[in-house]
Amino acid sequence: MSQFFTKSMARNIFYGGTLFSVLLFLALTFHTTWKVPQRSNAANLTEQVARGKHLWETRNCIGCHTLLGEGAYFAPELGNVYKRRGDAFIKVWIKAQPTKVPGRRQMPQFNFTDAQLDDLVAFLKWTSEINTENWPPNVEG
Amino acid sequence: MQLLQYKSQAVAKPYFIAAIGLFVGQILFGLIMGLQYVIGDFMFPAIPFNIARMVHTNLLIVWLLFGFMGAAYYLVPEESETELHSPLLAHLMFWIFLIAGALTIVGYLSVPYASLAEMTGNNLLATMGREFLEQPLPTKLGIVVVALAFLYNIGMTILKGRKTAITIILLTGLIGLAGFFLFAFYNPSNLVKDKYFWWWVVHLWVEGVWELIMGAILGFVLIKITGVDREVIEKWLYVIITLALVTGLVGTGHHYYWIGAPGYWQWWGGFFSALEPLPFFAMVVFCFNMVNRRRRQHPNKAATLWALGTAVMAFLGAGVWGFLHTLAPVNYYTHGTQITAAHGHMAFYGAYVMVVLTIISYAMPILRGREVNPERAQVLEMWAFWLMTVSMVFITLFLTAAGILQSWLQRIIPNPQSFMQVQDQLHIFYWLRELAGLVFLIGLGVYLYSFFAKDKPQTVEVSEPAPTATVASQPATT
Ligand code: HEM
Ligand code: HEM
Ligand SMILES: [Fe+2]
Repeated sequence: MSQFFTKSMARNIFYGGTLFSVLLFLALTFHTTWKVPQRSNAANLTEQVARGKHLWETRNCIGCHTLLGEGAYFAPELGNVYKRRGDAFIKVWIKAQPTKVPGRRQMPQFNFTDAQLDDLVAFLKWTSEINTENWPPNVEG
Repeated sequence: MQLLQYKSQAVAKPYFIAAIGLFVGQILFGLIMGLQYVIGDFMFPAIPFNIARMVHTNLLIVWLLFGFMGAAYYLVPEESETELHSPLLAHLMFWIFLIAGALTIVGYLSVPYASLAEMTGNNLLATMGREFLEQPLPTKLGIVVVALAFLYNIGMTILKGRKTAITIILLTGLIGLAGFFLFAFYNPSNLVKDKYFWWWVVHLWVEGVWELIMGAILGFVLIKITGVDREVIEKWLYVIITLALVTGLVGTGHHYYWIGAPGYWQWWGGFFSALEPLPFFAMVVFCFNMVNRRRRQHPNKAATLWALGTAVMAFLGAGVWGFLHTLAPVNYYTHGTQITAAHGHMAFYGAYVMVVLTIISYAMPILRGREVNPERAQVLEMWAFWLMTVSMVFITLFLTAAGILQSWLQRIIPNPQSFMQVQDQLHIFYWLRELAGLVFLIGLGVYLYSFFAKDKPQTVEVSEPAPTATVASQPATT
């Protein structure tokens, strides 16, 4: 192929192909960001939900759990935990940690206030209502 | 034969040494987590799983970055046929990066994460607590500073010297790396948007710009060890990186199936990401082709082995294991299971760990004042190659088995079981993974030892190259 296909042709294909892909990706991104408010019920994204997300991040929950299937695989999926367990159970669970059952995987105690627990649950409730194309396959996550 | 062609290439050495040191730390924390998978309360509450995981993954990223920077400092002067713009700046950035990295790890291990966030200004600009981007704000800013200084240094060197396809591709990859990292500072309160752009760091790194860096490093090493014509190698490189970006950019969509983005991503992401194995396949063909066409028998057999191994393992880990779960109907059941972990391990190891070890294998002997390592050191290094690579294959196989069973019990059967219930049935695979991890650690030990191995006295005189003036002027940093 050496005579017919030169290095400069290869380089031009690289520039052209990359430019095309960038533009296509940006166009799809533009459309997606336009759709996200509706698919995520952004109208329900209150201050409280935002505070809950901040708590989620600053306790590094993603270091053990998945959220919508992304994160660590050590502990259960929490994107749909609101639907699986409900408000009261989630709060009692977090307060009761660690279980200290010998040999069982342990979750830390975060010493949340009641108000903080409300924020977290609000975040998990909002998350559980995102249109995820019916993922996970069932309530177990 | 002259060894180091440009004196300033020597700045690569501390980068490589730091990379290897942090690699050891990464593996130790991997083994801690591996035990926590089966003995849940192991080291709790001193080191909870999430902390160990941050240390494991952040050390991985940081040492790969050290490796990439070392590679650039080594190969850019030689390619550009000129001294590095500022060796002093490179040394300075080395210490800044190392100290920032060390402080971050100490912070993770000694302070509760929430307090660390509080102390480091996360309330001014919240960027922490997202997978792989857990670093405190000052660390993230430090990374940006180091990256800018590094790009400036490398960029100036390339500008003043000869421009080759390898340096241009390397520089493009490095600019992309720094550029996409800026999305680490974007953290909207809408989780869907947060996730969407989080992947612009993670996916567009490993399945985008890092492939350019990998291609450039492999190309450089292959030119050196095979003596094949540069024109041929550079043409191949352009084909490979075209395939990488054309498939990898829109291929980001394989992460957009279930996070709240529109359903059409199942088609766009599925189609383009299904083609992502192509650049990795091309790398295999390229590497074997070049080695078969070699014009010289390079005495560094270990480096040749690493180069070929990189191509094959990257194709297996990224190409084959990536393809396994990239189509939406499969990913629906495997998303976020041990299958993902299996793929993540073999892909990261096969592509980026191995390419860094390839350039280290080629460059480190020269940086230490000899063309190649003594025979016995090379044999040990090749043992390390096989121990680490084979154990990584087994880690991947055990995690894949665990992942298939997990998807089945938790997501497919009519009476799905809960997450924790399923995990209890996977212990055998997790134990086997830990065992394979121990073999990996042994391989790493052999690797470290190979740096200090000498030949038996009688062979030394035959294989030791005559010291040259360049060598004598090197700073003694062993
Ligand atoms: C050899 C011993 C190793 C052991 C026992 C080990 C163990 C682990 C464990 C338990 C996790 C967490 C999985 C989870 O979230 O539940 C993990 C994550 C990870 N490890 Fe390792 N690891 C080892 C070596 C490596 C190596 C050599 C690499 C790099 C090539 C690596 C790269 C990663 C990555 C990228 C993740 C994140 C995976 C993801 O998010 O899917 N590990 N490791
Ligand atoms: C060297 C290149 C690659 C590396 C280092 C790599 C690494 C990773 C890692 C670490 C993850 C887990 C991310 C997380 O924590 O959520 C992941 C996920 C994924 N990768 Fe790759 N990957 C590479 C190439 C590929 C390729 C070529 C494909 C497709 C052919 C692919 C398909 C996927 C898919 C579908 C997921 C999502 C899994 C899930 O739904 O849980 N990867 N990759
Ligand atoms: Fe990806």
